[in-house]
Amino acid sequence: MKIFDEYKEKLPLKIVEEVREHTKGLTSDKIKKIFEKVYDEYVSSLVDAGESVGLIAAESLGERSTQMTLNTFHFAGVSEMSVTLGLPRIIEVLDGRKTLSTPTMEIYLKSPYNKGKDIQKIAAAIKETVLDDIVDEYSINIVDLTIEIKLNKEKMKELSLIPSVVSKAVSKKSKKYSVKLDGDVLVLKLKNKEENLNEVYKIKGAIKKIHISGIKGINQILPVRRKDEFIIITAGSNLKEVLKMDEVDATRTVTNDIYEIHALLGIEAARQAIIDEVNKVLESQGLDVDLRHVLLIADTMCTIGDIKGITRYGVVSEKASVLARASFETPLRHIINAALIGEKDELNSVIENVMLNQSIPVGTGLPGLITKFK
Amino acid sequence: MKFKVSQHILVPKHSKVSEKEKKKLLERYNITLKELPKIHKNDPAISELGIKKGDVIKITRKSRSAGEAIFYRVVI
Repeated sequence: MKIFDEYKEKLPLKIVEEVREHTKGLTSDKIKKIFEKVYDEYVSSLVDAGESVGLIAAESLGERSTQMTLNTFHFAGVSEMSVTLGLPRIIEVLDGRKTLSTPTMEIYLKSPYNKGKDIQKIAAAIKETVLDDIVDEYSINIVDLTIEIKLNKEKMKELSLIPSVVSKAVSKKSKKYSVKLDGDVLVLKLKNKEENLNEVYKIKGAIKKIHISGIKGINQILPVRRKDEFIIITAGSNLKEVLKMDEVDATRTVTNDIYEIHALLGIEAARQAIIDEVNKVLESQGLDVDLRHVLLIADTMCTIGDIKGITRYGVVSEKASVLARASFETPLRHIINAALIGEKDELNSVIENVMLNQSIPVGTGLPGLITKFK
Repeated sequence: MKFKVSQHILVPKHSKVSEKEKKKLLERYNITLKELPKIHKNDPAISELGIKKGDVIKITRKSRSAGEAIFYRVVI
């Protein structure tokens, strides 16, 4: 109907749909009257101009976060995995930390893999395997200056690896030694005859970390059942490589590393990820914070196209006013830097006006009066 | 298999705004282009739109409170 399209411009989609649902069978005159009422109600419940929404958001979130536990949460199951939750996680997200204390991913799988088919195999293919994981023992021959590495057959079978693949990966790493394969024993021999024993030990230390298979950065895997499908939860995160896998459902797989999402999916996805991560913590703690407060914070963090944490290096450094920046942290540095380049302060915001004992531009302080001289 | 950024659940719909609409938008909110939120030119979500600096991107977000929310960003 025409009237619905007309109000789609003025009202949020959800409200229009709700009105449509409840007005089935009514005449268009009545619907129009209903819409007029709904519109009045909508306008009167919008945030007033000059309302200090940021302060309210900060209070709403800050007050609740005092009630959060500082505990980390443990998954039930054999291989235990801990994930930072509660206040530390919220701080981590809102500060825009680049290195997380516990990066994790939730990997969704395509059908039929999400019903449990080959799930162990897929999980094993995702988990990063280094040489040390599949080695039984290292022995050093002091006379010949060689290292003998005995591979564990069972573990290799689990990961469907064969010795020749391993030997290739090892020989690719460095040109200092040659690799010979003898059954399931790798023999490393130094090429340079003048090397001493110290060098051999150094190499022994270095080869332990050689990447053999799987995806770099994924340290632990845990297939779990969620609702009616199987997903894989990981410790460690590498979204870019995981999304390349054929078995993975690339449309739903997510990580908790906001910066990784920003680099791969863009700023809007990062904003959504911030909201999801904060909400996840709030929900798990049973706290009820209105979504709009979180939206406002996420929007603030993402307005300039990059993620900026709520810290002195992040959103605060983006403020236009020198005095506002100086009032947050490290005041002298800001004032000196501003003085050096001759910065101007327009006194347009709250803090600088509080400092100067002027009325702040919030609420009734916002509009200025213009007098017409006669 | 090539993975498409726009198909991911976290990515809302991005579309380019025409010059005429752009002017209307700035007039409606009484702002200059500089005051709009920003998006980088090499943002993965807009790589296929063929945009240049100064273009405005319309983002149609799915919102839990409003059903659908429209947001604008200027390309920098």
